[in-house]
Amino acid sequence: MKQLELDARRLLCPLPVIKTQNKVAELSSGDILKVTCTDPGALSDIPAWARIHGHKIVESIEEDDEIIITVCVGA
Amino acid sequence: MSSAHKAVALISGGLDSMLAVRVLQEQGIEVEGINFFTGFCVEGHTHAIRNQHKDKQKRNNALWVAEQLGIKLHIIDVIEEYKDVLLNPKHGYGANMNPCLDCKIFMVKKAVEWVKENHMQGFDFIITGEVIGQRPKSQLKRTMPIVAAESGAEDLLLRPLCAKNLQPTKPEREGWVDRNKLYDFHGRNRKPQIALAKQFGFDDFATPAGGCCFLTDESYSSKLVDLWTARNSREYELDDIMLLKVGRHIRPKADFKMIIARDAGESKFLEGYRKQFTSLYSTSHNGPMAIIDGDIEQQDFPLAASIVARFGQGRHADEVEVEITVPDNPPRHIQACPMKVEQVPQEWYV
Ligand code: SF4
Repeated sequence: MKQLELDARRLLCPLPVIKTQNKVAELSSGDILKVTCTDPGALSDIPAWARIHGHKIVESIEEDDEIIITVCVGA
Repeated sequence: MSSAHKAVALISGGLDSMLAVRVLQEQGIEVEGINFFTGFCVEGHTHAIRNQHKDKQKRNNALWVAEQLGIKLHIIDVIEEYKDVLLNPKHGYGANMNPCLDCKIFMVKKAVEWVKENHMQGFDFIITGEVIGQRPKSQLKRTMPIVAAESGAEDLLLRPLCAKNLQPTKPEREGWVDRNKLYDFHGRNRKPQIALAKQFGFDDFATPAGGCCFLTDESYSSKLVDLWTARNSREYELDDIMLLKVGRHIRPKADFKMIIARDAGESKFLEGYRKQFTSLYSTSHNGPMAIIDGDIEQQDFPLAASIVARFGQGRHADEVEVEITVPDNPPRHIQACPMKVEQVPQEWYV
């Protein structure tokens, strides 16, 4: 099981989603990807994208001006 | 009906593509969606940069539509490739800087490539939510075959909402899709779409007025043209076109333009650009953040400062202190006399 981080700060939606999507494409089921964003839109978009594709959001936190979303890659 | 054949749908986030997908799903066809990010797309949250839009739609409509339909959605970054579409449209522009016909051809062409890459998974045709006569230039009976031919999709491009007004495509001829259950919508009247939406139980959908991107917007287009004219070049980067969506744009001199935030949300957004652009804001009074695009000479600092002061709470004060920071240099402070409203000529507003 791999654990990776992705920096999507200062990118406006849908770019954080595109980056997440492209990174997840390289991962396998059960891998964890931690995405850091600054666009609040990511708070709804990354989970929506994950639901559609069968990935799980393990955690989603807002810290100062940053949003950290942890995705667990689905089957 | 066999469901061995799968379709990829161009999803804009609007109602028409949503209906087109559902029409095929009703026939047991498996569909996945594809959505292209050109950099000009109208996004709920780009509006949400502004305070006043904070409570509005923060969702990405394409993702939302995909979720309602229960389909996968692939969002593809085409920012670089799209430049050629915008800068050299073979079929020209619409009412503003929107190269709709070339854009459609480009997107269907990208979908053709996607189908080729995913043929092994059973994908073999493309659908769109196009309706004949819906848009003045790009969705005409005459242009439908142009999109099919120039994109290379040929008769693998099916428009479920107006298929009955067009020649049967391969999916119809081969019986992958039942043509009798497709539609014959045409014209600008949206009643048939609204009725079909109701029938499918869709009640919350986005209905973009002009089109799916900022290029159909007159004020956005004029800012884009102004940028190109001022730089004497039509090259652009993503930041350039993002910044055109934000703030008031005022060009007091040919060489530089000021982008002045309209509220706290925009000020915060512009702050993110202070490492790249000269920036200024009032330190003695509350007021907006502004950045300078282009080359500003030091002698023009007082002019820029008096303009930014005009938009802050110190607008009626005799003097306002303004901090100006050139990237990689220490900030400097100047005392500026705020311009009066009437002193900012209308022609400076881009
Ligand atoms: S409105 Fe914009 S995205 Fe839509 S077809 Fe026209 S140019 Fe393309």
